[in-house]
Amino acid sequence: MTKEELITKLKTIVQPYIQDEEAFKNLSENTDFINDLKINSANLVDVILDVEDEFDIRIENDDMEKMTSVKAAMDIVNEKLAAT
Amino acid sequence: MTTNQIIELLPYQHPFLFVDVLTVVSSEGITGNFTFKKESDFYKGHFKKNPITPGVILTECMAQIGVVCLGIYLLKDELSEENHLQIALTGSQVDFFLPVYPGEKVTVVSEKDVFRFNKLKCKVKLFNEKKELVCRGYISGMIKK
Repeated sequence: MTKEELITKLKTIVQPYIQDEEAFKNLSENTDFINDLKINSANLVDVILDVEDEFDIRIENDDMEKMTSVKAAMDIVNEKLAAT
Repeated sequence: MTTNQIIELLPYQHPFLFVDVLTVVSSEGITGNFTFKKESDFYKGHFKKNPITPGVILTECMAQIGVVCLGIYLLKDELSEENHLQIALTGSQVDFFLPVYPGEKVTVVSEKDVFRFNKLKCKVKLFNEKKELVCRGYISGMIKK
């Protein structure tokens, strides 16, 4: 999967939970889920569960705490996919 | 943990407690009931001269029994008098099928859907005394000690 494909998949996953439309339109690798997209903590859990389903991976508590940006999510997904 | 201990740990009291008895509790789900008091204040306004239990109150009853009571049970080893529960309703999607009149007893049946990262999401159904489905849906909350 290319970097662009991964960003596109993440963008689709986060869309239902974002509160800042403008930040969502400009989503890039550097976008922060909480500070930019204004995703709340309950919805961040939904993002993680949806990422697990989409990529068929299991995200643990430690990863969850790190997974607060597009970049961090990409790193975690790539790491998990490489391990399977 | 007994069902009475669960109810004692609830952060609600009259007039906003909508749990009477819990009948079945496990880590996978919970069942309980509540009887709506005829003299409840909200019947004076919902509706004028035609008292019917508001859907938002039915949703609250489903959330208190189905999500909060179950959450207390799931966190049972971590809770105490000093270690209070922090809760917030984060989502509800409920469809309503039948009215509930003053004085009716309802039974809430909840199945755990997901409990991860402090978020508890349940599939919840509410039945009347004739065992007819009154409303059902998904309710979720953040719940932690």
